[in-house]
Amino acid sequence: MSSVDTTTNAGQLLATASGGRRRRGDRIFSNTAVIAAVTILALLVGVAAFLVSEGLPALTASASELPKGESFIDYVAPLAFGTVLAGVLAMVIAVPLAVAVALFITHIAPQRIALTLGFFVDLLAAIPSIIYGLWGIFVLGPAAVPVMKWLEEKLGWIPIFEGPASITGRTMLVVGLVLAVMILPIVSAVAREVFSQTPRKLQEGAQALGATRWEVIRTTVLPFGKSSVISGGMLGLGRALGETMAVAIILSVSGGVSFNLISQSNPSTIAANIALNFPESSGLAINLLIATGLVLFAITLATNFIARMIIARSNVQ
Amino acid sequence: MTPPPADTAALSTRSVLAGEGSGGGTLPDWAPYGAFGGALVFCAAVLAALGWFTIALMLVFGCLVAIVAIYAWSRPVEGPRRAKDRAITMAIVAAFGVAMAPLISLLYEVVVRGAKGISWEFFTSDARGVVGGGGAEHAIVGTLIITGVAAVISVPIGIMAAIYMNEYGRGPLRRALTFFVDVMTGIPSIVAGLFAYALFELFFGPGIRMGVMGSIALTVLMIPIVIRSAEEVLKIVPNHLREASYALGTPKWKTITKVVLPTAFAGLVTGVMIATARIIGETAPLLVTTGVVDSLNTNPFSGRMQNLAVYAYNEYRSPGVMKQASYDRAWAAALTLIAIVMILNVIARLVYRRYKTEIR
Repeated sequence: MSSVDTTTNAGQLLATASGGRRRRGDRIFSNTAVIAAVTILALLVGVAAFLVSEGLPALTASASELPKGESFIDYVAPLAFGTVLAGVLAMVIAVPLAVAVALFITHIAPQRIALTLGFFVDLLAAIPSIIYGLWGIFVLGPAAVPVMKWLEEKLGWIPIFEGPASITGRTMLVVGLVLAVMILPIVSAVAREVFSQTPRKLQEGAQALGATRWEVIRTTVLPFGKSSVISGGMLGLGRALGETMAVAIILSVSGGVSFNLISQSNPSTIAANIALNFPESSGLAINLLIATGLVLFAITLATNFIARMIIARSNVQ
Repeated sequence: MTPPPADTAALSTRSVLAGEGSGGGTLPDWAPYGAFGGALVFCAAVLAALGWFTIALMLVFGCLVAIVAIYAWSRPVEGPRRAKDRAITMAIVAAFGVAMAPLISLLYEVVVRGAKGISWEFFTSDARGVVGGGGAEHAIVGTLIITGVAAVISVPIGIMAAIYMNEYGRGPLRRALTFFVDVMTGIPSIVAGLFAYALFELFFGPGIRMGVMGSIALTVLMIPIVIRSAEEVLKIVPNHLREASYALGTPKWKTITKVVLPTAFAGLVTGVMIATARIIGETAPLLVTTGVVDSLNTNPFSGRMQNLAVYAYNEYRSPGVMKQASYDRAWAAALTLIAIVMILNVIARLVYRRYKTEIR
C-alpha cells in the first residue's frame, strides 16, 4: 500500500517536475521574447507620445507667445520647404548615379573587382555624417565656388541658378551634392540587390537573341528592378530629409523660401534648425523646436511609408 | 515560362535577323580609353582657351564629349546598336567614376588633414582649462561609454525581438513588429535625440544633460538595425536542425539557445558590430542630449559628457584663438571616428569569415 503510494507519488512528482520545468522554461523564454517585441512597439509609441506632449505647448500657443512672434505654421513652413528642397535635390542627383553604380558593379565590372567594390560602397554607408559635413565645408564648398560662378554667368537665366553666386560655397547646391553623396551607398545597395537577382534565363534569352549588353540591361534588368529602385530612392530621400549635421555645418541660412540654389541666402531645414538652436534654447523655444521635430518625423514617416508600400506591391507581383 | 518582354521580341525579328545593327567591323580594344582621354584633353584645351578652366567642369564636359565621341566613332564602323551600347557603357562607367570621386576625396582629406592633429596629447588629455589646445581623451572615453551603454540596452532587446519574430511570432503582433521596425529604421537621428530629451525632461526638469540620455537616443536608432540583421541570420538557420533537436525531446527554448543561436552566432556578432559602427558616429542626437563639455566624465548618470562627433563639430563651430589648431583637432577627431568605424567593420567581416558555421 505504502509502496504503491510512494511510486505513484514519485511518478507524479517526476512528471510534474520535468513537465513543469520544461513548460516553465519555455514559458519564461517565450514571454521574454514577447516582452522584447512589445518593448519595441512601446518605444515607438513613446517616441511619438513624448514628442507630441512636449511639442503641444508650442502648437497651442498663440503667435505672440512664441519666441519668434510668428505662428507655428509660419515658423515651420519655410523650414519644411528647405527640408524637402534639399532632400529632393539630393535624390535627383543620387538616384541616377546610384543606378549607374549598381549597374557597373552587377553587370559591367569584372566579377572579382565587383565584390570588393560592393564591400567598399557598403563601408561608405557607415561614414558618420559629421565627417561629410566637414568635407562639405572645407573641401567641396570651396571647390564648387568657381563652378557656381560659372553657372550664374552662363545659366543665370534659369531661376535656380539666378545667383548672386556665393563666394563661400555654403549653398543649397553644395548641400544637395553632399546629401547625394551620403545617400548614394544606400540607394545603390538596394538597386544592386535587385539587379543581381534579375532572372538569368531572361538575360540569357536576350543575349541569345543577339542583344548587346545595353539591350540586355534595358529589356530585362531595368524593368525587373524598376520598383525597387524607386523605393530605394524614397528610402534615400527619407535619410536626406532627416540629415542634420551636414546641413547644419554647410548651409548658410537666412530663412524665407527660395529656389535659388547657388546664393548665400538659403532656407534652413528642420533638422539643421534644431541642431543649431537647441543648445542655446530654453522654455517655449524648446517646445517649438520639438514641435518642428514632430513635423519632420511626420514627413519622413510618410516618405518611408510610401517606399514600403511600393516594395510590398512589387513583392506581390 | 514567362513570355519574353515585347521589346526583346521586336528586337529579335526586326534588327537581329535582318543583320542590321552590325556594320561589320569593330573598334580597337583601346577605343573607349582613347575616346575618354581625347575628350578630356579636348575639353581642357577648349575650357582653358575660354578662360573657364576648372577641374570639375573639365571632368563633366570631358565625360559628355567622350560619350558623344565614342558613339560617333563606333556608329559608322560597328552600326547603330553597338554604338549605342558603347555610348551607354561609357556613360555608366563615367557615372560610376563621378559617384566614387567624392568618396575617395573624402577619405583622402580625412586622412591627410586628420594626421596633422593626431598627437600623443590628443589621446591622453582632456581640454579642461586649456585655451586653444588640449586633447580629446574625454571625447573618446565619452564616445565609448555612451555607445557601450546603448549597445548593452539594444543588443538583448533587439536579439530577443528577432527571436520572437523568427521563432515564435505569428499573427498581428508579428506583422505589427515587422512593419514598425521598418518605420523605426526611418526615424531621423535628431528626432531620436529630441525623444530622449523629452523623456528625461519629464523626470529631471528642463535643461537636463546626461550621458545616458544619449545612449537612450542611440538605442532608438540601433535596435532596428540589430533586429534586421539578427532576423536575417536566424532565417538562414536550416529547419532540419530545429527538427532534429525537437525529435530528441528538447524543449523549444533549449533548442533556440543551444542549437539556433550557436549556429547563427557569427552572424549575430557581425550584425551587432556593424550596428555599433553605424551609431558610434551619430552627432545630432548627442548634441541635444549629452551636451558639450571640456573635461572627462566617466559617469553616464551625471552631468554632460563629451563624445568624438560632437567634439569635432564643436571644434569646427567655435574654434579658439588659434583657428587652424582647432580645425586640425576637428579633423583628428573625424579621423579617429572613421578609424573606429572601419576597424569595427573589418573585424565584423573577419569574425564572420572565421567563425561562420557551414550550413548546408
